[in-house]
Amino acid sequence: MEGFLAAAVVASTPLLFATLGEIITEKAGHLNLGVEGLMLMGAIMGFVAGYETGNPLLGLMGAVLAGAAGALIFAFLTVSLRANQVVTGLTLTIFGTGFASFMGKNYVGLPVPVSIKEAFTPYPIPLLSDIPLIGPVFFEQDLFLYGSYLAVILGTLYLYKTRSGLNLRAVGESSAAADASGVNVTLYKYTHICAGGALCGLGGAYMSLSMMAVWQENVVAGRGWIAVALVIFASWNPIKALIGALLFGGLSILGFRLQSMGIHVSQYWVDMLPYAATIVIIILSSRKNKKENQPPANLGNAYFREER
Amino acid sequence: MNLIQISKREDLSKGKERIIRIIAVLLSLLAAGLVIAILGYNPVEVFPSMVKGAIGTEIRLQQTILKAIPLIVTSLGILVAFKMKFWNIGGEGQILMGALGASYIALNVEGLPKPLMLLLMAVAAMITGGIWAFIPAFFKAKLGVNETIFTLMLNYIAIKFVTYLQYGPWKSPESQGFPKVATFREDAVLPSLFGIHIGWLIALFLVVLVYFFINHTKKGFEICVVGESTETARYAGMNISAVIIISMLLSGGLCGLTGMIQASAVEKTLSVSLSGGYGFTAIITAWLAKLNAIAVLFVCIAFAILLQGGTYIQISMQIPAAVADMMQGIILFFVLGSEFFLQYKVTLAGKFRKAKEVA
Repeated sequence: MEGFLAAAVVASTPLLFATLGEIITEKAGHLNLGVEGLMLMGAIMGFVAGYETGNPLLGLMGAVLAGAAGALIFAFLTVSLRANQVVTGLTLTIFGTGFASFMGKNYVGLPVPVSIKEAFTPYPIPLLSDIPLIGPVFFEQDLFLYGSYLAVILGTLYLYKTRSGLNLRAVGESSAAADASGVNVTLYKYTHICAGGALCGLGGAYMSLSMMAVWQENVVAGRGWIAVALVIFASWNPIKALIGALLFGGLSILGFRLQSMGIHVSQYWVDMLPYAATIVIIILSSRKNKKENQPPANLGNAYFREER
Repeated sequence: MNLIQISKREDLSKGKERIIRIIAVLLSLLAAGLVIAILGYNPVEVFPSMVKGAIGTEIRLQQTILKAIPLIVTSLGILVAFKMKFWNIGGEGQILMGALGASYIALNVEGLPKPLMLLLMAVAAMITGGIWAFIPAFFKAKLGVNETIFTLMLNYIAIKFVTYLQYGPWKSPESQGFPKVATFREDAVLPSLFGIHIGWLIALFLVVLVYFFINHTKKGFEICVVGESTETARYAGMNISAVIIISMLLSGGLCGLTGMIQASAVEKTLSVSLSGGYGFTAIITAWLAKLNAIAVLFVCIAFAILLQGGTYIQISMQIPAAVADMMQGIILFFVLGSEFFLQYKVTLAGKFRKAKEVA
């Protein structure tokens, strides 16, 4: 059981990074469907930077920069040029998939260098790892994974306890009102879309540098799309994103687990569960009309000052 | 003080619009060429090779048209939904479910005359594809559930379900262990005309039909009104739920028909790979065509040339498929960006206040 739960935490981590990234993006009022592409860009650039230098920090840096750069394209097109967000996001996914596959063509099958493997071996946190059940599941993981906890905490504090977090939410709810109160709407959108992209990039890099620790083509395999759905599941709340990611991470490895226990359920049916669960969630969340569970009011709309 | 001033265009002549579009395409090719050069290939060789690979010989031209057919039919389906601002990104799943419906008929019904058989398959495909679109439409209409994620999730459920059938209950006993559904009998395969299956005729017919439906029928008009403003539609006494559901049945039905065409004429069986990403690509083509059925035809042909050209340079110049994907992305970025200059006027402000327009 402990083993399964610990594996579920690992499986949830790329989802968590990407979901946090998309939450920040959507809080700025922009729906970026390019998460899958951004994760792949982060995965490959993180891997290439890590592989070539052997330095785990440079690997992370590569992923952050690649994710942010991909998101910058999206930001320029949808913020400055007001292109349709759905179509631009899909295009970003096409581009990112091609980019990762091309950049990675000479790395397929190569493992990460020993120095990185060592940097990302499980590191039990003193005291916390001694808690029964919770300790081995959550606190005997690697440093990269702990980074996702940190991102949840920092993200929550940022969104709900800081001035800029408040401004960001105002931009997503009503760009015009935020603008009128002196917030630089364009700047907020650009920085947060890029920060969101960087987090998506980290999610991809977690897969290539730590989880798989080897480069394989299309390593992200649809997780970016689940992250987009998880944002709704989490109703744009970083802490609920953690819970959602754990649930989906668990479901994604459940089939193998059941089979090894001798319970014969077709993996294809188990594979459907996360998607079916998302549908149930979005139906349920549309029924309860609590205000804090609703998407940012300006999500998907470009802001044009002259049209206020 | 803003140095650059942006204002909405009120009057854009057709000629000017065309010039901006052409500039955008040229710039996008230039940028794509630059990237190709950075990647270490010669763009002066790559582009002509792509065009040659797409339309150079009769066989290659046929390959291009084979790629254009599913793209056109799916784009038309997407168009009907997008007109209503219903973001149907579930084309991929609707294609697969359509293929499933058609395959069920093809594998289980015997002894019908061929035209009747094909018609039955097409109807079954439109129903199953339509149902797959009806589910999110129903929840959107009744509960306001977000359709973007709903349709997206249904893609994955369709993919898993068809995979399950292909690897499980529908696996052909004659396939010697390969996960493959039985090949259709000859009477379930679309006939060919001029060397290409008659999907091209169907696609052309549907272009005209959808154009007529959107622009010259009451239902089509209602779809456009709902897309413009649900308030207006409500004020005009339209039944918005009914409009959403009917247009999504049509949208899913058209995507389902793509599935039937691909299963019957191309794969000659049910296979999880037959949707081939057309459901996603069609979103882009439908959008680039500005949701105009006639324009869909031309955009899809151009896109098919890009796809087929990309396949060709893999073989002729050993350029990985990924490069073609990246080029697609770059070209699309530019075309998407150019839309801005069609809608807005950029003027230098400040002391250049009286200066000429930039774009």
